[in-house]
Amino acid sequence: MAELLAVLLTIIAASTPLLLAATGELVVERSGVLNLGVEGMMVMGAVCGFAAASATGSPAVGVLGAAGAGIVMAGLFGFLTQTLLTNQVATGLALTLFGLGASGLIGEPYTGLPGVKVRPIDIPGVSDVPFLGPLLFGHDILVYISFALVAGVAWVFARTRLGLIIRAVGVNHDSAHALGFNVVAIRYGCILFGGACAGLAGGYLSLVYTPQWIENMSAGRGWIALALVVFATWVPLRVLLGAYLFGAVWIMGLYAQGLGVNIAPQFLAALPYLVTIAALVLISRNRALAKVNTPTCIGQAFVADR
Amino acid sequence: MKKLTWMVALLAGLVAGQASAADTLKIGFVYVGPIGDHGWTYQHDQGRLALEKALGAKVETVYVEKVAEGPDAERAITRLARQGAGLIFTTSFGFMEPTLKAAKKFPKVMFEHATGYKRSKNVATYSARFYEGRYVIGQIAARMSKSGVAGYIASFPIPEVVRGINAFMLGAQSINPDFKLKIVWVSSWFDPGKEADAAKVLIGQGADIITQHTDSTAPLQIADEKGALAFGQASDMKKFAPNTQLTAIVNNWAPYYLARTKAALEGKWGSSDTWDGMATGMVKMAAYENMPGDVAKMAAETEAKIRSGALKPFTGPIYKQDGSVAVGPGKSLDDGTLLGMNWYVKGIDDKLPQ
Repeated sequence: MAELLAVLLTIIAASTPLLLAATGELVVERSGVLNLGVEGMMVMGAVCGFAAASATGSPAVGVLGAAGAGIVMAGLFGFLTQTLLTNQVATGLALTLFGLGASGLIGEPYTGLPGVKVRPIDIPGVSDVPFLGPLLFGHDILVYISFALVAGVAWVFARTRLGLIIRAVGVNHDSAHALGFNVVAIRYGCILFGGACAGLAGGYLSLVYTPQWIENMSAGRGWIALALVVFATWVPLRVLLGAYLFGAVWIMGLYAQGLGVNIAPQFLAALPYLVTIAALVLISRNRALAKVNTPTCIGQAFVADR
Repeated sequence: MKKLTWMVALLAGLVAGQASAADTLKIGFVYVGPIGDHGWTYQHDQGRLALEKALGAKVETVYVEKVAEGPDAERAITRLARQGAGLIFTTSFGFMEPTLKAAKKFPKVMFEHATGYKRSKNVATYSARFYEGRYVIGQIAARMSKSGVAGYIASFPIPEVVRGINAFMLGAQSINPDFKLKIVWVSSWFDPGKEADAAKVLIGQGADIITQHTDSTAPLQIADEKGALAFGQASDMKKFAPNTQLTAIVNNWAPYYLARTKAALEGKWGSSDTWDGMATGMVKMAAYENMPGDVAKMAAETEAKIRSGALKPFTGPIYKQDGSVAVGPGKSLDDGTLLGMNWYVKGIDDKLPQ
């Protein structure tokens, strides 16, 4: 039982950054914008979150700093692609390269410093219940934020007018414009939301996962989040499933190795990708349904004709 | 005529310029990671700083950090040579071919490549016997573990890593013949998140000692959080987990860099192959802490014996996993076997991935 609990807690920790970043990117893409800069926003979130936390000693300020850094990066992306109408793919890639470089520069004085850790929430009495206590109530705030975000996003897209507007902008920006919606403003909002989520994901890495700043510590997680969104065909609950499947398969692979199960580690390292893609493709195999959720305007610049 | 005088003057100036540049030896360093990694590259940079301190005005050092292994490396190495570096240290295995190629283009420049095995007239190689330190920490692990199980976070199944695992296990078995080792491969040299995951899984499975052959401080911090004990890697990582680090195997390149630079300054430099350990101080142990005095004493004694040559970690009888004899009693494995090691010693339950 204790061992199972340890594994489940490890899976949650490994999946949370993916879920946070992917949820944000889902909203961005639903509005018809492709931001390939998730990795760059994430790593900037990690370094700025760490810097803010170690400057003030407060993990809460660190979390805000991480989200703020993501928003600033996303704002840059929004200005370039929405106002100056640059190519989204190229700008996103540049944002990642810029983020990786700039974070190294900002992080120079922070490498090798012990960090400030976001402590788990402790609810007296409830957190001490065996098994269920630590599993449900023993996490840090970011884990709950990640679940709240994905549930909130799912609700917004399924049930609210705001969700409908964002979807309309993503599916056909000319029609949305003709209906009187401000396409650029809505996309700006979505891009900034995505940036905040990616920044939080980065903050999770440098404030919870491994509380320290190390260059390039996002180690490709932004790219995994991007892939999750596409393979989940822009459905929030599938993103949740994909992120946790990825985390679970990876941790189970480590677990199996520790037990001495004889599987090539190279195969185990590739397995999370294979299983997640296979599962999400299987779930999303209904083409007609997938089409409903596809933001067909993705990646296209919008210019108001009048 | 006037033009000729002008040219002669220019040539003379050039020669004079070169002569003054030759007074100080410019030494280049090519690093694979950032100097702030607090592990592998950090230690090489400490060697560079020691060089500057010891030789003062006789040398000038330059470094390039975060150089990717592959074609980019050749460009970085070539640039250093063009800038006038007379001696260049390239400090990662993947710089082997780029170093050889650059060396061909600059036959007068002396090159030193760390952890490689290909040499030429102006390329020397050097590496350290880190496994000597692993034997010591294996002994400490066996003494300090309550569960009798240690967790080993490994990167890739190459001889360097396998040798470390075997040395650790032989050290542990010299104290507790039934000692168990759980090995997890994370397929990365450096990914704090993955290394942390592996440490959590191993501790969850009952390992109370964590050791690693990956480069970040994450496993040590996880051990600290979960109440296990652990060892630092490549560098003294004490400040990341002061109550958890038992000791660390420290790579100490300064003496080698100093000796080779002095040889270069005196014109005695030649291509050679160096594989030094504790005896020359290339491998050092950080302070023995968070353990009872008698364990620290035992570790220090083992360290002293290895340093004096009285103890060689790979001394027989050593059995392979399948029970066959790797080396008989009283004999030690030769360097060739150590460098190509691709089998586990008896007592390790896992199968070595090939």
